[in-house]
Amino acid sequence: MIEFKLPSLGADMDEGTLLEWKVGVGDTVKKGQVVAIVDTSKAAVDVECWQEGRIGRLLAEVGQKMPVGTVMATLLEADETVGADATAQQAPVTPAAPPATPLARRMISPAARKHAAEKGIDLDSIVGSGPRGAVTLEDVEKAAADRASAAAAKPADRAIDRTAEMRKTIAAAMSRSKREIPHYYVAEDIPLAKALAWLQAANAQRPMSERLLPATLLLKAVALALRRFPELNGYWRQEGGISGFVAATGIHLGVAISLRQGGLIAPALLDADRKPLTQLMQELADLVKRTRAGSLRSSEMNEATITVTNLGDQGTQLVFGVITPPQVALVGFGRVAERPWAENGGLKVLPVVTASLAADHRVSDGHRGALFLLELKELLQRPEELER
Amino acid sequence: MTDAEIRAVALATLQSIAPEIETDELRGDRPLRSQVDLDSIDWLNFLLGLHEKLKVDIPEADYARLISLDDVVSYLWKKLDGGR
Repeated sequence: MIEFKLPSLGADMDEGTLLEWKVGVGDTVKKGQVVAIVDTSKAAVDVECWQEGRIGRLLAEVGQKMPVGTVMATLLEADETVGADATAQQAPVTPAAPPATPLARRMISPAARKHAAEKGIDLDSIVGSGPRGAVTLEDVEKAAADRASAAAAKPADRAIDRTAEMRKTIAAAMSRSKREIPHYYVAEDIPLAKALAWLQAANAQRPMSERLLPATLLLKAVALALRRFPELNGYWRQEGGISGFVAATGIHLGVAISLRQGGLIAPALLDADRKPLTQLMQELADLVKRTRAGSLRSSEMNEATITVTNLGDQGTQLVFGVITPPQVALVGFGRVAERPWAENGGLKVLPVVTASLAADHRVSDGHRGALFLLELKELLQRPEELER
Repeated sequence: MTDAEIRAVALATLQSIAPEIETDELRGDRPLRSQVDLDSIDWLNFLLGLHEKLKVDIPEADYARLISLDDVVSYLWKKLDGGR
């Protein structure tokens, strides 16, 4: 008998709430199959099972909050029968209530959001009446009026404010990072004239739906550079009083994606160094879409080996990143902008991006960090090699 | 298509990407991305949505000309009706 436990869906996750079972007792489960949807403080996540068998029992109930590591179900191996499981007589767990609504991208007008903040209204408690369920100003005003009426009769229940919960989760992870990880920082200006010229020529040959963004080149270059700097790609582990660095076997880039309702999630682009640019671009677009729609998979939530954050769209020039524990490094990119560039005694104007590295001094030194950024710079001068 | 029809398509496309926006509050002459907080992928999806709905190809070289909603509408109008 195999125990299926609630996996960690990110280093900042201690517990989760079962929203829905995607399988029933007796169902055959294949490796990588989504078996449940679990809500964390950040998102509703499709939880995959990485073992094969048939479902013997569903132990967790819909709506149940449980810590990471809780046995949620048992799986029977090929030579086992349902009867072999002593508890198989137990009636299958039936959902006690309809699954809670997964975290979807809330459609909330700015005026409604502002008014809700002023009135202290929990937006999650409002059912929107606008197009496709959008929460409008009128909805917030009605909720405020309803609350005032209800308050006269009984104290209002304190609903969970998901945005506040996410902020608390981020605060806990980042506080731990700054408390435990001795960060060091290095930065490098990288000329992108060759990379952008190559990209423009490549995109001119592609249909609109297959065009690449500069971010794809940056991600691929980071992934390839990491092959030579394994001390930046992995985890700082602490078990039984012993701590140390464990290099990752794959290069899985955690891509920081901001949510329109606030907060961020950094799901992983798996094996980014081994994927051609077209595939990487498609997977990035898909990851952004699913992150904002609240349909990420568990493997994407817990397998990032390093984080990459790109704040260039927000106009910032330089990123001073905070490492996501237990990872040991974070690469940041600012905006791509034309800047004066001195070279060989001459001055020209080039598109330039500033790349930065925040890394864990317990694992690597600034010397190696600086070499990593130089490698990144070199790779971006040979964009054709990133295609493979 | 009229200017107003193109604008309606553009706004509907925008709302499919950023559902929370209130289109009445958008200023047509101001930079669109900063008003709606669109990142690179949102912007690409916006242009792709316009391409699919209006069957207009938007070369990457033209992206820099598309700053405000008015720019987008004017550009599309020229591509659609202006050239006919």
